Amino acid sequence: MLHIKCPHCGLRSQIEFAYGGDATVKRPELNKEISDQEWDNFVYLRKSPRGKHLELWHHISGCRQWIKVERDTLTHEIFNTMKADEELK
Amino acid sequence: MQKYSVFSLIKNAFSDHENWEVAWKDPTPKKEYDVVIIGGGGHGLATAYYLAKEHKITNVAVIEKGWIGGGNVGRNTTIIRSNYMHDENGLFSEFGMNLWRNMSQELNFNVMFSPRGIINLAHSDAQMNVYSRRGNSMRLNGIDAVLLGREEVKKLIPMADFSENVRFPIFGGLMQPSAGTARHDGVAWGYARQADSMGVDIIQHCEVTGFDVTNGIIKGVKTSKGNIKAKKIGLCVAGSTNLLAEMLNMTLPIETHLLQACVSEPIKPILDHVVTFGAGHFYCSQSDKGEMVMGGDLDGYNSYAQRGNLPTLQHVLTEGIAMMPFLSKLKMLRTWGGIMDMSMDGSPIIDKTHIKGLYLNCGWCYGGFKATPASGWTFAHTIAQDRVHELNSAYSLNRFSTGHLIDEKGLGTKTWIS
Repeated sequence: MLHIKCPHCGLRSQIEFAYGGDATVKRPELNKEISDQEWDNFVYLRKSPRGKHLELWHHISGCRQWIKVERDTLTHEIFNTMKADEELK
Repeated sequence: MQKYSVFSLIKNAFSDHENWEVAWKDPTPKKEYDVVIIGGGGHGLATAYYLAKEHKITNVAVIEKGWIGGGNVGRNTTIIRSNYMHDENGLFSEFGMNLWRNMSQELNFNVMFSPRGIINLAHSDAQMNVYSRRGNSMRLNGIDAVLLGREEVKKLIPMADFSENVRFPIFGGLMQPSAGTARHDGVAWGYARQADSMGVDIIQHCEVTGFDVTNGIIKGVKTSKGNIKAKKIGLCVAGSTNLLAEMLNMTLPIETHLLQACVSEPIKPILDHVVTFGAGHFYCSQSDKGEMVMGGDLDGYNSYAQRGNLPTLQHVLTEGIAMMPFLSKLKMLRTWGGIMDMSMDGSPIIDKTHIKGLYLNCGWCYGGFKATPASGWTFAHTIAQDRVHELNSAYSLNRFSTGHLIDEKGLGTKTWIS
């Protein structure tokens, strides 16, 4: 069982959260000409690293806020959690 | 190569089974090969076998970082089926079904293919409509499908929960009678033994550390056992695809996720078919040893761990008990996990790449085992002829940018959501 420290609620067990995927992908900017390749990068292409991975989780059975979690995809160690609009330091 | 038969069994009994030939050799890698296949799982070994058999290319090495059959081909729930709705998936899988039917004879290795039928349970009228549509699509592609009513399902799997007042009552199901199971280790060993006998080098404990790419052409691979030159290289590494892609500066429409499976203690024969729960994600069959073989959801977050987390297992088994309450009385014997190459539309990729001589076979999600022969056959064709076969032409790498997705389940890009 993962234990995720929600920046709003504190340490909670994994079953309160839903996974939201890679947090490093950025939607192309609005009001700008966007190439097919840029959409491809955003919608489909993923690094999926073995090791540190910055990802979104949704505290769906808690405060219902989206958060960012920096987690190791091999050991499941969690290094950092932050609010969704915060950047990794 | 020594032929396996009842006579060779009797003959070897006289020498206490101490004089059997080794099933495959343990060669040191040569300096250069025509084709190097990375990944000694089912797909990689099948590819090597069909390269040798169908295309007469025998200067081939299969390199594997662990031991052959130690990855997903030895970690799945052994289910073989072709009950897909989309033409691309249906025709590809049905081609594979024909290879499965003759595999034991072809490989001279008993893979214990058991076409016991798969039943997908339906729990609402709407789901019966969906299954009816899928069944009709299957039949149009020449795949057997039978829509079963509640009473018919009850005759086949009487131990399921047919009470009226449950959350997900059984309305009926869709059955593919020709689907079934096979002994997964036997598949890997059978392909390895035949490939080896035709001259393929199977090199175990040999990890890839890098690639030699010059002017957009693949020249070779760097490994823990030295550099190996190759005219062509095929990747068959499932959950490790992204790790090798990174060495090649490629980003793929793949995420690696973890899937668990488990078996119960062995019990007397009770379940004659493969059965899936229609209101969640749970599937079950009974092995020849009597164990109930069960699986279900992905753990649901990127993982390379090859071992799972208990909340998912608990969730999956809750579904199993809802479907067949007797499962709650069983003790669990083993649980394990494997890492899945989840593609962004749930369908695989068998294609050439932008690097000349480099070929990609990945994106099998949690459905790779049944595809082993068809995947190997089409990948061997793609490598040998340097062009895709009609059967795998839809499994292209660029379908994500062109919009020709094969979204069998309609899950969008988040294929890890169940």
